[in-house]
Amino acid sequence: MFEGYSLAELGSIFAMQGFAGLILFSVFVLMALGLAIIFGQMGVINMAHGEFMILGAYVTYLCSNFISSTAPALFPAYFFIAMILAFVASGALGMLVEWGMIRFLYRRPLDTLLATWGLSLILQQVFRSVFGAREVGVVLPDWLMGSVAVTDTIEVPINGLFVMALTMAITVVIYAVMFRSRWGQGVRAVMQNRTMAGAVGINTEKVDRYTFGLGCGIAGVAGSAFTMVGSTGPTSGQLYIVDTFLVVVFGGAQSLVGTIASAFTISQAQSTMEFFLSGSTAKVLTLLTVVVILMLRPQGLFVLKVRR
Amino acid sequence: MTRNPQNGLLGRIDGDVAGILLLAALLVVVLPLGLDIFRLNMVGKYLTYAFVALGLVLCWGSAGILSLGQGIFFGIGGYCMAMFLKLEASSPEATKIQSTPGIPDFMDWNQLTALPWFWEPFHSLTFSIVAVVAVPALLAFIVGLAMFKRRVGGVYFAIITQAFAAILTILIVGQQGYTGGINGITDLRTLKGWDIRTDEAKLVLYFVNAALLIGCILLCLYVRRSKLGRILVALRDKEDRVRFSGYDVANFKIFVFCFAAALSAVGGAMFTLQVGFMSPSFVGIVPSIEMVIYCAVGGRLSLLGAVYGTLLVNWAKTMLSESFPELWLFAMGALFIGVVMVFPNGLAGLYQQYIAPRLRRPTVGRTTIPAAAPIIPPHTAAD
Repeated sequence: MFEGYSLAELGSIFAMQGFAGLILFSVFVLMALGLAIIFGQMGVINMAHGEFMILGAYVTYLCSNFISSTAPALFPAYFFIAMILAFVASGALGMLVEWGMIRFLYRRPLDTLLATWGLSLILQQVFRSVFGAREVGVVLPDWLMGSVAVTDTIEVPINGLFVMALTMAITVVIYAVMFRSRWGQGVRAVMQNRTMAGAVGINTEKVDRYTFGLGCGIAGVAGSAFTMVGSTGPTSGQLYIVDTFLVVVFGGAQSLVGTIASAFTISQAQSTMEFFLSGSTAKVLTLLTVVVILMLRPQGLFVLKVRR
Repeated sequence: MTRNPQNGLLGRIDGDVAGILLLAALLVVVLPLGLDIFRLNMVGKYLTYAFVALGLVLCWGSAGILSLGQGIFFGIGGYCMAMFLKLEASSPEATKIQSTPGIPDFMDWNQLTALPWFWEPFHSLTFSIVAVVAVPALLAFIVGLAMFKRRVGGVYFAIITQAFAAILTILIVGQQGYTGGINGITDLRTLKGWDIRTDEAKLVLYFVNAALLIGCILLCLYVRRSKLGRILVALRDKEDRVRFSGYDVANFKIFVFCFAAALSAVGGAMFTLQVGFMSPSFVGIVPSIEMVIYCAVGGRLSLLGAVYGTLLVNWAKTMLSESFPELWLFAMGALFIGVVMVFPNGLAGLYQQYIAPRLRRPTVGRTTIPAAAPIIPPHTAAD
């Protein structure tokens, strides 16, 4: 596997692949964070999560087209506007879905899984009818193009750096919201003990709706970031959904730190192996390892200890 | 599901047997008379999915274990059959234009020069037929052993089986030289010299398939009637109580998972025989979860309902994709949502709620069937 590469070359390969892995990691983290909130905190399996992400991606696409045709002066900054719109669009749809569907199914997680799968099929077809079956991409503003040469053999693309910075910022914001704000305290209280939380005066239904909306909104932002590193098609979301669930389960469903750690492990393992083995073998090995570890340690890497 | 053995046992047996006879009459007499061979072959194809749905009724309906990876077993069963047929179709005479005669054509295209070791035993029909059932059951046993012994269940089990489906698809597509890749194993011709592509063969295979299906329904009925069946229902509704009563819950779950896997595999093998090819598009996540909806539409608690549900959904799929392809996904999505939210017990539930009482109002002592939305123990729902 390592024959034919000098030590310096191997170093560069690992650095470059490591960086590619970091971009994959960012997408995983953004998707998995939303899912970790919805699945880990609420116990709801949202199979349509990928479609919420793709909704965000399409919003970004529309936004970039709209701004470049009407207000080209704003174009360098369009991405930030698009991100906010993506968050609002996905979050609003999420709250609608929670109100119309999920709230009737809280005690039947397996059924939620099937219902949200149905939702994902419908959304896919909507995307296909509206945007066409072909993949679309956005035009990046100039300042995001190009790459930075770190050494002679190592180059890192700027859009990748930007996505990573964005991921870090969003992670910090989510951490603050979930663990430092009063609202987040309410969310965690409801998830740990719904009855008691209701008894002390928290409106649990409202908390559910906003939590679900927040998770979906983050998925929308993930989709927005995703447009910078890949193109968007109606079924792109489905490609990521199982990986993302594995990331969340592997990390330990209730732990946000675990989610980040497992996203890091999985994405790095996959992208490093991809260089030496074929893409499919790398994927199979990664998934198999994760599944085997999950069989040995079903609770995941990090466990939140809660007395029940 | 909660069958009361004291009163109405006779009535229930009559009802079930009458239902099976009705289905048998429909499959063996009505459909062959009413449909041309093309449509009949299509119904035969649908019926192979009914095997999967039957397995899901036991696994998901009775025991409460939702597997989203039944396509794995359907696929393995189908591939075992396809490997035998492919080897028969690639005799040295038939493949003498290849650079290595006597191996399947896709191996030759992928520069393989010898038959891989795991293909060798598939020269034997007996081995292949045993493998159709044994390989998926063994895989299910390993997965089940690892998961149920560690008390992994519910949604975790569903997600991990789904991951397995993804892994197997990627593996099959990636290892083109050994598996035929994305195209699968195609161009299957004869079974022990008997051409399976003729109309006559298709008719025979249809009847074999229908007979096997009826046999499997009877087998499932037997399992559900047995003490085992009642324990399965008990562990679905109150797992801890069954455990505290001294039963090893995991063993029962492993059994029912293996049983469902074997059923799916039989369906897969019949699929290969009737359709003439097998490809990874029947293995992955999407087909696996579609198979769950067949069962759910028919009624997850009813064996016969699952068969009708499979026929109905597939028929609707064919009709819609022939005339309005873009509507199909909407219809499918609506089915998923509707079946979960509006009628969780599917067609069979509707039948039992509205039609059955009218049919046999005079029957005395008939126990009502409780609305059996699968009851989730509070601790799993809360985490």
